[in-house]
Amino acid sequence: MSHQIENSRGLRSQLKDSVPVAGLCPQAGPYGVQDTLRRGFSSVKNELLPSHPLELSEKNFQLNQDKLNFTTLRNIQGLHAPLKLQMEYRAARQIQRLPFLPSSNLALDTLRGTDETIGFEDILNDPAQCELMGEPHIMTEYKLGLL
Amino acid sequence: MALSHVFESPVPGFNFENSTRNLLLEDALGEGKSNAPKPLKTGTTIAGVVCKDGVVLGADTRATSSEVVADKMCAKIHYIAPNIYCCGAGTAADTEKTTELLSSNLTIFSMNSGRNPRVVMAANILQNMLFRYHGAIGANLILGGVDCTGSHIYRVGPYGSMDKVPYLAMGSGDLAAMGVLEDRFKPRMEVLKEAKTLVRDAIRAGIMSDLGSGNNIDICVITSKGVDYIRPYQESEYKDNRQKKYKYKPGTTPVLCEKVVRLELELVHETVQKMETS
Repeated sequence: MSHQIENSRGLRSQLKDSVPVAGLCPQAGPYGVQDTLRRGFSSVKNELLPSHPLELSEKNFQLNQDKLNFTTLRNIQGLHAPLKLQMEYRAARQIQRLPFLPSSNLALDTLRGTDETIGFEDILNDPAQCELMGEPHIMTEYKLGLL
Repeated sequence: MALSHVFESPVPGFNFENSTRNLLLEDALGEGKSNAPKPLKTGTTIAGVVCKDGVVLGADTRATSSEVVADKMCAKIHYIAPNIYCCGAGTAADTEKTTELLSSNLTIFSMNSGRNPRVVMAANILQNMLFRYHGAIGANLILGGVDCTGSHIYRVGPYGSMDKVPYLAMGSGDLAAMGVLEDRFKPRMEVLKEAKTLVRDAIRAGIMSDLGSGNNIDICVITSKGVDYIRPYQESEYKDNRQKKYKYKPGTTPVLCEKVVRLELELVHETVQKMETS
C-alpha cells in the first residue's frame, strides 16, 4: 500500500491562492525551470491574463465552506466540536484508491452531507465518465511528492 | 489513452479551461464582431399572485434568440415539487437546469424526512446556489407554492437576492404586467374568478407591450387540494394558419432500383417467463 503524505498544517495551507502558473516555482521540474516535457510550452502572457472570475472561487469552494462551518461550530459549541469533526474528516480522506483510479469518497460525502444533495459537481464533468486517463506511474509519483 | 502530463484527475463541476481562449478570441476579433453563439434567452413576462387559498402563476410562451423567435410554445412554468412550481425568466438553459437541480434536491429531502417540502426551503436552496456563482447563472425565478404554513411567492434574482411579496412580475415585460397587478390586486382574492383573470390580464399586458414576450399564456393554479396546470390558458389571436400541406406525395421521387437483403438471425437461447394475469 502506498503511504499518504498528509499536509499537517491545516486548512489554510491547502487553499489554492492562484491558478497554477507554469514556469514559476511550484511546477518546476528537477532543475528549477519549467518542465517542458511534461507540462508543454508555456507563455507568460497567456498565464497572466485574467481567467474566469469564478475559477478561483470554485476551486476553493469546498474548503471555504468547511472553514465557514467549522468556525460557526466553534463559536456555538466550543473548540472540541470542530476538532472532533476534523479528526473524522482526516480519517475519511485517507480512504482513497490509488490516484489514477476514481474513488467514491463515500465516507467524506456522508460526513459533509453532500450524499443527500445534488449540485453541478455531480452532473458536469463527472470524473467517472472521463474519456482520458492519467499515466499511473506519473500520477502516483506526483501524489507521493517524488516528482 | 494515457496522458503523460496529467498529474491529478479532473475536478468535477464547471470547467474553465476555455475561458482564456474565449477572451483572446474576442479581443482578436475586435468589439462587436465576435461570432460567439448567443445563449437562448426567454425574454419573458412572468407573474405570480397569492390569493385566498392558493397561488396563481402565469407566463407567456415565447423564447427568443436575439431577434428571432426560437420557440413559440416554450414551457416556462417548471415543476419543483407536487405543491411548488417555479416560473423562470432569463437564460433558458440556466432556468431549466437550476429548477431541475432544485426539484431533485427537494425530492431527496422529502424521501429522507417523509415530509412535503416547504416553499421557503426551495427559496433558500436556490438562493445559496445562485449566490455561489455570483450572477453567472442568469436565472430570474418566481417560486410559488402551498405548504403547511400557507401559500407563498418568492422572487429569487440571479445574484442570489430573495424577496417575499404577495404579487410579482418579472422578465422583460414586467413593467407592463406590474402596472396591471398594482392597479387591480386585492389581498385574499378568490382564486377561480378573480385571480386567474388578473394574472391573465397582466401577462397579456406584457405580451402586448414587449417584443420579447408573446404567443400563448400558460397559467398554473396551486391550491392545497392540488395543482391545475393549464397550458395554454389562452392562445394568441395571431396564429399563423398554414395555407397548404407541405408533405410530399408518395411517388414524388422515382425509385430506380430495389434490393432486399435478408438478415439471418439464429435463435441461440429462449426463456419463457410466466406473467401473473390473475
